[in-house]
Amino acid sequence: MGQITLQDVQKSFGPVHIIKGADLEIADGSFVVFVGPSGCGKTTLLRLIAGLEDVSGGKILIDGKNVVDTPPAKRGLSMVFQSYALYPHMSVRGNIGFGLKMAGLSKDETNRKVEAAAATLNLTPYLDRKPRELSGGQRQRVAIGRAIVREPKAFLFDEPLSNLDAALRVQMRIEVTRLQKQLGTTAIYVTHDQVEAMTMADKIVVLNGGKIEQYGSPLELYEKPANLFVAGFIGSPKMNFVTGEHALQKGAATIGVRPEHLKIERDGAGGWQGTIAVAEHLGSDTFLYVDAGQLGMLTARYIGELSLHAGDHVSLVPEPARIHRFDASGNAIRR
Amino acid sequence: MARMATTRRVVISTIGAWFFGFLIFFPILWMVLASFKTELEAFAIPPSFLFFHWTTENYATVQERSDYFLHAMNSIIIAGGSTLIALLIAIPAAWSMAFSPTKRTKDILLWMLSTKMMPPVGVLVPIYLIYKSFGLLDSRIGLVFILCLGNLPIVIWMLFTYFKEIPRDILEAARMDGATIGRELVYVLTPMAIPGLASTMLLNLILAWNEAFWTLNLSTSNAAPLTTFIASYSSPEGLFWAKLSAASTLAIAPILVLGWFSQKQLVRGLTFGAVK
Repeated sequence: MGQITLQDVQKSFGPVHIIKGADLEIADGSFVVFVGPSGCGKTTLLRLIAGLEDVSGGKILIDGKNVVDTPPAKRGLSMVFQSYALYPHMSVRGNIGFGLKMAGLSKDETNRKVEAAAATLNLTPYLDRKPRELSGGQRQRVAIGRAIVREPKAFLFDEPLSNLDAALRVQMRIEVTRLQKQLGTTAIYVTHDQVEAMTMADKIVVLNGGKIEQYGSPLELYEKPANLFVAGFIGSPKMNFVTGEHALQKGAATIGVRPEHLKIERDGAGGWQGTIAVAEHLGSDTFLYVDAGQLGMLTARYIGELSLHAGDHVSLVPEPARIHRFDASGNAIRR
Repeated sequence: MARMATTRRVVISTIGAWFFGFLIFFPILWMVLASFKTELEAFAIPPSFLFFHWTTENYATVQERSDYFLHAMNSIIIAGGSTLIALLIAIPAAWSMAFSPTKRTKDILLWMLSTKMMPPVGVLVPIYLIYKSFGLLDSRIGLVFILCLGNLPIVIWMLFTYFKEIPRDILEAARMDGATIGRELVYVLTPMAIPGLASTMLLNLILAWNEAFWTLNLSTSNAAPLTTFIASYSSPEGLFWAKLSAASTLAIAPILVLGWFSQKQLVRGLTFGAVK
């Protein structure tokens, strides 16, 4: 079991409020990603759950039990750190087995579990190597092995893939997701990479300035962002925002349209007129950055190749059903 | 051209380094040589460098007149004991300051170091009187105690610098893995800090071995380490250069050997933090 509930969790360092009251329900077995810009408090929130920081207020419940006064070791969680944080003087076997040794398991039992974990992660040939003799990806696997071997109630991942190169990151992303599904253990994963968030999560928590902006499934966040921040943060390239006349016509202070929901017309008279400033041709997609005068720069995405170039005149027509409306305080207006 | 200039530079700086090295080493060499001379040759002018009548009679006399091994044993106990106790106190102290610093940690560290800035002679009389009333004069335990206290600030500073370099994440990982503070110290922090601990220990051994002020003032015979042993050859009988040299050579020999074999750790220890 690994159900985690946060009730009005707060954290301040001196006069600085890092977490301003977080409420969250994490279901057993789900994969939850904390995402947000740097300094939004996502790592702090994870460390509060881990017990590496003490809360300034509120409750953290693991399987219904308040753990705010429980030391990290007793919470039954395991953590994978951004820096891997392997014990440099121990072999891979020693690293993975350290937690079991601390728990007082017998040598045979420890070895059996370590070897099972190593087999899952393809680490068997490296069991007797030291961390310094491993590549980045292998070190990351050892860190994950150390986390899974203890059969915790939940895994906590603190930006575990950010030190890997792009190709390896994609591969590890898939492996971590698959491993979590296979083990069925609750996982909380911190990242600033919204692609990781969208691809890995069952549910995403978008954090900004120490507050939870929205909590929902990836597609909910994409289709129904609760406010301007979430709308701008989720999705790549970013959503286009238009204010003024056009927004007022729709009964909103700001309207937002995602680049993929703008229809590109060469000689259309309707829609938003502009001149292409930059055109990016990726083969699979074409991105157009259009200077639309008073509306500012707009981004449009076309699936496939579109032979338009800088300087060409286009008109961009938003799909009416895909227009997001926001009020003056930035909150979404639901129909 | 550039390459030749570099080679010449290397040659010149190598010669320079050897020259200064020899210059620094020369007094020690001279002392060792003098210890093998007769008293007469020892202060002959002009001095003879290598071609003199080599003799070991000074060493025999020195051992006969005062028990070298007793003093050597005292030195070992005092230097070793004070180092061990200092480490036992300094490891947890440095650990707590490095990993749970407060606003005052820097001040405490500076305050500790400031105790090394005061001339020891300033507290000689009070310390002497305290030792006298507690019966600690001329006792090994008394010397262990004073040298331990004297070197503690340096030991804590050195360990603090080492511990600071150990990534916090690793200790937190240990905590997540279920290690208590004690086990974290034993299984994770200490093994990772072994190079640092080794050089701190070595430096402290050398400092304690060479310490002369307190050992001379607080011991006379029973607990007297090698420093007192050397000193006993300088004052009462005028200057017997050859015997004094023999005594000094005997006194520095053990630490010289230790230092020779641990140069690498020592250099690393002294420059730690300065060079990455």
